[in-house]
Amino acid sequence: MQDWATRAIDTAKRRGASYADARVMDIRQRDISTKNGEVGTLVESESLGIGIRVIASGAWGFASTDRLTQEGIDSCAAEAVAIAKASALAKHADVALAPEKAYVDTWQNPFVKDPFRIPVERQIEVLLNADKEMRRVKGVTLAEGSMTFRKIDQLFVSTIGSVIHQIKMQSGAGIVATSFAGSEIQKRSYPNSFGGQHALEGYELIEALDLVGNASRTGEEAVALHSAAQCPEITGTIILGGSQLGLQIHESIGHPIELDRVLGQEANFAGMSFLTVDKLRKLKYGSDIVNVVADARLAHGPGLGTFAYDDEGVPAQCTPIITDGLFTGYLSNRETASAIGEDRSNGTMRTESWNRLPIIRMTNISINPGTWKYGDLIADTDDAILMDTNRSWSIDDRRYHFQFSTEIGWEIKGGKKGRMIKNPSYSGITTEFWNSCDAICSRDDWTLWGTPNCGKGQPMQTMGTGHGASPARFRNIKIGVAFAK
Amino acid sequence: MKRAAKKSLSRRIRRAEVNASSEPLLTASELKAIAERIMKFSEADETEVEIEITTDALTRFANNIIHQNVAEQVLHISVRAVMDGRTARATTNKTDEESLRRVMAAAEKLALHQPKIPGLLPMLGPQKIPKVQRFFAATAQATPQDRARGVTRVCKLAEKNKQTAAGIFSSGAMQTILANSKGLFAHHEQTRSEFSVTILEPNSSGWAKANSADIRELDPDRLAERASRKASESREPRELAPGHYTTILEPSAVLDLVGFLFYDFAGTSVMDKRSCLNDRMGKKVFGDNITLWDDVYHPFQLGAPYDGEGVPRQKVLLVDRGTPKNLVYSRATAKKMKKKPTGHGFGLPNEYGEAPMNLVFGGGDKSLDEMIRTTERGILVTRLWYIREVDPYEKVLTGMTRDGTFVVENGRVTGGIRNFRFNQNILEMLSNVEMLGPAMRAAGEESFEMVVPAMKVNKFHFSEVTKF
Repeated sequence: MQDWATRAIDTAKRRGASYADARVMDIRQRDISTKNGEVGTLVESESLGIGIRVIASGAWGFASTDRLTQEGIDSCAAEAVAIAKASALAKHADVALAPEKAYVDTWQNPFVKDPFRIPVERQIEVLLNADKEMRRVKGVTLAEGSMTFRKIDQLFVSTIGSVIHQIKMQSGAGIVATSFAGSEIQKRSYPNSFGGQHALEGYELIEALDLVGNASRTGEEAVALHSAAQCPEITGTIILGGSQLGLQIHESIGHPIELDRVLGQEANFAGMSFLTVDKLRKLKYGSDIVNVVADARLAHGPGLGTFAYDDEGVPAQCTPIITDGLFTGYLSNRETASAIGEDRSNGTMRTESWNRLPIIRMTNISINPGTWKYGDLIADTDDAILMDTNRSWSIDDRRYHFQFSTEIGWEIKGGKKGRMIKNPSYSGITTEFWNSCDAICSRDDWTLWGTPNCGKGQPMQTMGTGHGASPARFRNIKIGVAFAK
Repeated sequence: MKRAAKKSLSRRIRRAEVNASSEPLLTASELKAIAERIMKFSEADETEVEIEITTDALTRFANNIIHQNVAEQVLHISVRAVMDGRTARATTNKTDEESLRRVMAAAEKLALHQPKIPGLLPMLGPQKIPKVQRFFAATAQATPQDRARGVTRVCKLAEKNKQTAAGIFSSGAMQTILANSKGLFAHHEQTRSEFSVTILEPNSSGWAKANSADIRELDPDRLAERASRKASESREPRELAPGHYTTILEPSAVLDLVGFLFYDFAGTSVMDKRSCLNDRMGKKVFGDNITLWDDVYHPFQLGAPYDGEGVPRQKVLLVDRGTPKNLVYSRATAKKMKKKPTGHGFGLPNEYGEAPMNLVFGGGDKSLDEMIRTTERGILVTRLWYIREVDPYEKVLTGMTRDGTFVVENGRVTGGIRNFRFNQNILEMLSNVEMLGPAMRAAGEESFEMVVPAMKVNKFHFSEVTKF
């Protein structure tokens, strides 16, 4: 790997690059899915290639190839330089980067069981057993399960002297029961919707999830939703389960703090942000109990946003994003940090694969645990709807106005969890919502959720992000708008 | 750059010069030769090899400068093995002998380690596949300088108008083959180009986008002028109360909404009872003016004329004057549902079956101007954003308007308005279409491209309003 990467940056320099970095990535993935008692997808894939990023004539260029011969790498590096020179046709000023040191390091995330060494028939058996348990429930019309394992072996080399080798092992799994009856399709997912739970762990994650042990309940809840009460259209109190709060953080905090978005670089596709630079350290983002960090360090947990170095060679960091309710930090890279006068990037450049340019991405954007025990929070709540497991999510292109719906809800009346509610939804304006937070559960109920499907960039890149969250309560929230006629 | 004649791979490696774009694609016969090398390693009962090579380049601009400029060449080799009534797939992007041997072995091993698949069909033999011409040398040969020149003109236009431009200009080419041990061989080549631009003012924005297999059909200047005009005409947006409005949806907005229907027309989706067409086939679901086909051969469409198993794609009438008539079927789904395959299956193994990927709506003859002229009070929508399904059976979708939302009063556009959130039942929407424009190839961000008209619809439900 190092020979290829070194050759790439040397060629780029010879062609006129003032800066170059190269990422060689060797990615292996296994995808398994089952549906109604049969295997659906069963695929193993591997992909090896190099991406070369350069600054030449003061502008950026990037090219990638999977032709890892001397000629292929030379040609790719030369193309990156040629592209940079073309970029310079439309520039106002030379690209400037915040300073960073050179690092020579090797890192691998810890895991107990290599999922690629677990026989695939054992993995299929788990999914089929969970599938069988879900379909035992009368009324379940569709049972689905999936597992994904991904190993990324990558080497980063740059002209400032960094040589960084990282190996990341990811695992994920989930099950879904769907029930069609009358004029309704209802579904329940475990442990989370849209693929389940994913983390920088080995097969031990899958074992701990106990998909089979949770399958019957998942199926029963999907069927029970048909006879549940419809979520009312009111303004009131909601309690969000941890996984839903994780997605709320992702959409209404994680994306608006991306500095490339703030500076207009995503204006055509992903959109911009209401968090203009004048709001830094001035905006009251949330109530005093809201503390949010962007933490890519392993100490934060094995999240999908955990690494030792980002994809432009900056070490993993913990950045306070919201501190006692005050907006205190963006996600930056070397270029955007320089643009707003920060001393240093906070290390959030990430790439999906060798053929994609690193861009600013969420790492682990997590809300710090509060002080409430979950039982005490329910007991303290007179009248609310508890909402759990995301069903739909949507937010405007500056991240002000959002609407979420969840798979399931329950009434909270007089401090007790009551009847089931179907089609729960809520909506609001980001800062009003976070300022209405009056209780956050403690670390006992805090989970570092993995979101494996965050899309951003052109060409589109899909990235895994982490979101630590525990159940939390919000007051004066608009409830039930999604299903209003 | 001209496409290279058939030569060995090593001889075709050339140095990238300042004016050059990506490497030329491997030819179909070179890809076929790789497939044959893989099949020699096979110990499977049946073997299928799909190989795709793509070159893509994308110039991205924002704040009136180019801030990203990328190019890639990617080879994707995908091998499926059938072993004793079981099947699995393995993929690689390496072409050395050891990697090809390993990918074949990986597919075989995976296939063996699973239960038998009830009713797994044998692979197809040779098929008669219609030809489509979707490869344009002008697109394949486009250089970073070509794209930069187009972008520079657009940025200058924005600067002249005291506006800010952001967007992309991309071009690329792909070559793919599908071959199997029963003698099937299918080949498709295609180019693609796209220009998308957002023009920003302090409190308004406008957007335009187009794509084509032939880059010469793109007109970045015209698209930028359109986006610029929308930005200036929507300055100082008013806030309107949410509610049900007569709404004129430009083709991009229509595309991104109706795109959510595509999987409902898959036989598997109906069989799995997750389609909104469960219990609705043959019943009047949409208005009389809604007719919908899947037609890969339509002149405005792109894509291969065969499916993931090599079945030639058919033109299928999905909705006839408001009534869902037909679904699409892979071979396996067709057998289960006692229908004939339509050539819409995904590569096996998969749990989704099939889907119509080339939707073509029947259009009308009303111009956008006429829709506006005949509207006493309504909303004109340029594009939609972040659309998600709220209710899969009633097909309620939510999302936001974006980059050019206007109020129409007494037959004319009178100004921009703050963006709305909508929660709209799409089945109802397609029953409330008052006027249709000519169907055209539209480009959005939430759905793959299809051929759709602009629509004027009654009682479109905007539920909330945002702050800009």
